[in-house]
Amino acid sequence: MNKTVTLAMGNGGEENNQLIKKVFYKAFKNDILEKSEDAAILELNQKNIAMSTDSFTVSPIFFPGSDIGKLSICGTCNDLAMMGAKPKYLTVSFVIEEGFLMDDLEKIAKSMEKELEINSTLVVSGDTKVMPKGTVDKIIINTTGIGEVLQNDISSNAISKDDVILVSRDIGSHGAAIFASREGIELESELKSDCTSLFPVVKALLDEGLKITALRDATRGGVSAVLNEWAKQSNVCIEAYEEKIPVSDEVKGICEILGFEPTALANEGTFLIAVNKSKIEQTIKILKRFNKNCSYIADITDKYIGKVVLHNSWGTKRFLESPTGELLPRIC
Amino acid sequence: MSKLELKNLYDDFRDSKTIKSFAKKINEDATKIDRNINIMEVCGGHTHTIMKYGILQLLPENINFIHGPGCPVCIMPKERIDHAYILAQQPDVILVTLGDMIKVPGSHGSLQNARSEGADVRFVYSPLDVLKIAKDNPSKKVIFYAIGFETTTPMSAVLLEKVIKQGIKNVFFHINHVRVPEPMRVLMDDKDCQINAFLGPSHVSAITGSKIYEEFPLTYHTPVVVSGFEPVDVMQSIYMILRQFITGRCEVENEYGRAVTREGNVSAQRLVEKYFDRKDSFRWRGIGDIPKSSLKLRDEYAKYDAEIIYADILPDKKIDDHKLCICGEILKGKAKPMDCKVFGNACKPSSPLGSCMVSSEGACAAYYKYGNIR
Repeated sequence: MNKTVTLAMGNGGEENNQLIKKVFYKAFKNDILEKSEDAAILELNQKNIAMSTDSFTVSPIFFPGSDIGKLSICGTCNDLAMMGAKPKYLTVSFVIEEGFLMDDLEKIAKSMEKELEINSTLVVSGDTKVMPKGTVDKIIINTTGIGEVLQNDISSNAISKDDVILVSRDIGSHGAAIFASREGIELESELKSDCTSLFPVVKALLDEGLKITALRDATRGGVSAVLNEWAKQSNVCIEAYEEKIPVSDEVKGICEILGFEPTALANEGTFLIAVNKSKIEQTIKILKRFNKNCSYIADITDKYIGKVVLHNSWGTKRFLESPTGELLPRIC
Repeated sequence: MSKLELKNLYDDFRDSKTIKSFAKKINEDATKIDRNINIMEVCGGHTHTIMKYGILQLLPENINFIHGPGCPVCIMPKERIDHAYILAQQPDVILVTLGDMIKVPGSHGSLQNARSEGADVRFVYSPLDVLKIAKDNPSKKVIFYAIGFETTTPMSAVLLEKVIKQGIKNVFFHINHVRVPEPMRVLMDDKDCQINAFLGPSHVSAITGSKIYEEFPLTYHTPVVVSGFEPVDVMQSIYMILRQFITGRCEVENEYGRAVTREGNVSAQRLVEKYFDRKDSFRWRGIGDIPKSSLKLRDEYAKYDAEIIYADILPDKKIDDHKLCICGEILKGKAKPMDCKVFGNACKPSSPLGSCMVSSEGACAAYYKYGNIR
């Protein structure tokens, strides 16, 4: 491994997994952690509780469709929701750079407040640190949350050949919006981040009595990272159909210009769901209430165990790998 | 007329019916040719298209692809990557370069490593963003580490022109611009050459025009079809190559008519001519020294040339690749990525030994990423 930590080690893909395995799992090894789920499931007094933490840093901090405040609430609440849990209580820590504008801080707090309401969740403890100018890039927010598990046994390790995979909406708009507004790229676009709280849609799925095999929001590393994690964790082959994966024209366009794949772009309000084959229509019906672009995108087989195969409409196929390294725009 | 949208530039060129019908025609035509046809796609962009869209799965057995040396990052010898690393380590320097270059390991590490050790390394999408970086950091020397074939050279020329016109004093250049025809010639001159036809680069040709390939049918009796980057483009170009063999023609044809003309972008060519001169020789990774195959700033612009200014600290000793790495053979089209002992185990995109695994345009990275399912 490298002598120093590189940006690629925080990409949500392969280098990131290596760092976690080689440094953190080594130090913190335990059965709960090693399940490698979006949130840990803890049994307390015969009740299952979900717990998750996440730190948020994004540039720019205000971006089309959202900001770092909303992101910090959605991110942790979504990780809880992805384990079938109702987000209950959060803690928040701010690390703020000296000289940060008070107006901006208030804007961020306001947008967090709004998102807490959507999740009917409370911030019950917090911490603030201010760092000398130049020692931190504007602001970092950490949130940790606990939630009440509404459906047990949702797991990335449980997917079988009886399941299919669906996506909740068109993919890649958060990653594309951030890239388009980044310094040095600055593409003009109407594109907005998909940043949204996912508990309402998870609740709708559970309220209808749908038995969910696995759920995961496709954040860093995008849809391709989730599919690859699932293929490996559940020891199956995932065969996805390219033309069924919904991508908006704007995201496609930005990918064409910069040389990215939509499946590698981050999302902040888009999730994948694995359900039994017999439940496709029911799932689509519920997902459609929240976003009409939801789609059934993949089947499970045993053809290439641990791998994701992508089929295109003219009958050829290829592997879809987890993204590696930093996302860098193409040269020419 | 309806408004042209971005998707109009690619939707039809990925149309499944069109691709299937070309596949049918190619398979029919291939039976009329009683031999193998080895097509070299010169440009890494085409390697990427061929692997990403599974083109090989659509082709008959007697049509093969040889992956050429047209990836700007893959052909950079280690000693020149070390230049970038050393320049980036200078305390008053901001090193700016394009995309993938950040990831290529030299003998000390990659620019990504240099950055994690404290160096100021930035990538830009447009070289003109260097102007803003220079203005925002007047106390720093901003070195633009320029890479790429004929496609990106005009952008470096425009940057230098703006630097001169705006009287900016803190921008310098490390030039690694290379040319397409010279390595094509070297490959054809090789006694083991297996190439029967070329798929000509898309974006290079938009700048140079298709005329630069006219020597290949004439001197080497090898047809060239300039092709776009989309799957329909590549399928149509393969079909055009086969038609040449069947009808007994051997010429330069242009499939990518929507962007390429015979003459190319003449004003870009003039700009390149104004600021750049041919370098005596450039060492291509895996291929070796090729005379007059790269560019340098003209003598009158020497004061902008970081290679001259920093000559004392920049090593010129040749550094070869890892013993087991066969990038050279792959770049020459003599081996396939799967033939390499370290492919996919010791050498992966997250820990590349050779340059073909680094860039998304490199043959090894494309094979690793998309899998050679045939």
